[in-house]
Amino acid sequence: MKRKLVKGNEAVAMGAMDAGCKYYFGYPITPQNEIPEYLSQELPKIGGVFLQAESEIAAINMVLGAGASGVRAMTSSSSPGISLKQEGISYMAGSEVPGVIVNISRSSPGLGGISASQGDYWQAVKGGGHGDYHVIVLAPDSVQELYALTARAFDYADIYRNPVMVLGDAVLGQMKEPLLRELPPPMELPPKDWALTGRKGGRPQNVIKSLYLDDGELEKHIWKLVEKYERVKKETVLYETKEIEDADLILVAFGTAARICKTSQKMARDLGLRVGLIRPISLYPFPEEVLRSTSETTKKYLVVELNAGQMLEDVRLAVGPGAEVSFHGRPCGAGSLPKPNEILEKIKSVYGSFPKPTDMERGNSHETRV
Amino acid sequence: MKLVFDHPKSLKDTPSHFCPGCHHGLIQRLVAEAIDHYELQDTCIGVASVGCSVFMYNYFDVDVVEAPHGRAPAVATGVKRVHPDKIVFSIQGDGDLAAIGTAEIIHTANRGENITIIFVNNTTYGMTGGQMAPTTLLGQVTTTSPYGRDFQQDGYPIRMAEMLATLEGSAYVARVAVDKPANLMKAKKSIREAFRMQKEGMGFSFVEVLSSCPTDWKMSPGDACKRVEEEMIPYFPLGVYKEREIADHL
Ligand SMILES: Cc1ncc(C[n+]2csc(CCOP(=O)(O)OP(=O)(O)O)c2C)c(N)n1
Ligand code: SF4
Ligand SMILES: [Mg+2]
Repeated sequence: MKRKLVKGNEAVAMGAMDAGCKYYFGYPITPQNEIPEYLSQELPKIGGVFLQAESEIAAINMVLGAGASGVRAMTSSSSPGISLKQEGISYMAGSEVPGVIVNISRSSPGLGGISASQGDYWQAVKGGGHGDYHVIVLAPDSVQELYALTARAFDYADIYRNPVMVLGDAVLGQMKEPLLRELPPPMELPPKDWALTGRKGGRPQNVIKSLYLDDGELEKHIWKLVEKYERVKKETVLYETKEIEDADLILVAFGTAARICKTSQKMARDLGLRVGLIRPISLYPFPEEVLRSTSETTKKYLVVELNAGQMLEDVRLAVGPGAEVSFHGRPCGAGSLPKPNEILEKIKSVYGSFPKPTDMERGNSHETRV
Repeated sequence: MKLVFDHPKSLKDTPSHFCPGCHHGLIQRLVAEAIDHYELQDTCIGVASVGCSVFMYNYFDVDVVEAPHGRAPAVATGVKRVHPDKIVFSIQGDGDLAAIGTAEIIHTANRGENITIIFVNNTTYGMTGGQMAPTTLLGQVTTTSPYGRDFQQDGYPIRMAEMLATLEGSAYVARVAVDKPANLMKAKKSIREAFRMQKEGMGFSFVEVLSSCPTDWKMSPGDACKRVEEEMIPYFPLGVYKEREIADHL
């Protein structure tokens, strides 16, 4: 198979279709419009459904209905629209309906702007909607990964009967890169005997719901969900590392920020600084273990995000005692994407002032929020 | 001996949670009778809305998915697009359908989504304890309109059947009541008709049922029926507002 130059948003659409998703429900919003535009053209050709809903609220509820009916269904949007979907996502998690939500995020809060930002990290990984639940969150950093992780998201959704979010951003959605349209290896999928089909042949009714009113019933249900999340934590942690073995300082970044950091990391190595990089790919479950284990030898971490410091909290929780976690943040609007050099300067300043481990406090050192 | 009255097959034999004299139970029964009439029990999928209708899955012996408050038509759309050959229906209250879910119902009707919605208009939020609904009549006292609904403060009671009948996508729109036997028979016919429309792929079908909520109206079941007749029907006239003869796509 040959590589083709493809836009990130189109790669999402291709990944979904190649994964067998024939149902898309969405509402227009920049910078993700190429996803619905592509699918509106392609899905009808294969007997699929493309439906432009009256709102993001309606769209996610259509996904709920379609997912409950046993098919692979998805929606996509960008930050303000993802806020509107949170109610539906909570219901999907609560009633264990699989589905894929793509957030090609933009800068916020409010209407914000249409340039790239990672300001939706908390919303994505900490729940977003109401209640005790988690969404599996995958954060690609290339067009190839947008394709592959969107496809994989459907597997996870089906295996865990849970909504899965692909969290990209305006840069990833809008850029073009060569794409090899090859699916990740197939996974074993459980049968969907719980799905709505009508009581075929008079089988007992299938009920998909999140309301539990009897004594103790809801708590039992929540513990069942928690058990599932524990399984998710064991089975779906994804991350990439670069030169962490001998690192004095490890950069931690995801998505677009990680792409920039990769250049800075190389520049630092060229200067003789022992700098490594950890890129969480699954944001939930968060790759805690790799952070914990590296902090036995590495004492400095620099978290770089396109926000004012969100994943930073998870990194601080994950690293061992004695590790110093610094932060460089650019809560982006137009024109404020950090340059590799800017991050290199930050690396140098953090790297240079290597405090004695005994003086170190966890967190709150060397923070720049530009 | 001839059997003249029996329990609908598609309804389970479970005691209901509805208050005495509540019309929800009657309406549920009429829906089950329509399902049985067309032998749809094994091909039909219900969408539970949020309101006193939410426990639908405890009563109807059919596949059911629960929707968030007001979103049943959107959830039903998702189900129907996957299963165009199945019969998809929901029973929604007036808070659910005419307040929080206004956008969903209008656009589902406008798309001509081939589903059936039964709209239980009881002029109040039954489940949450009798607050003002968009359908609450002028002057009606509720827990959040303690001085009576005043149009300057709260606007006017909304007439959903009339509004939905203006949409091209609607195939069948009717308003009925179940306050007395003659109206009940008409309601039964309308609900059956709505399911027939769906079965024949005619498009969106909608039956508004004027209903009592004796508990939140603080009335006896008898007085509640009287209120339906004397106060509700004059403002919400009964009748068929739209009836498509042939499907648009034919
Ligand atoms: C998002 C959201 N808002 C509010 C509620 C609380 N709530 C539950 S039922 C209901 C209204 C029910 O009234 P109606 O739809 O008229 O149904 P009825 O009980 O009268 O049949 C409300 C406001 C909710 N469950 N979800
Ligand atoms: S509260 Fe009103 S609508 Fe709800 S069951 Fe009781 S009488 Fe019926
Ligand atoms: Mg009501």
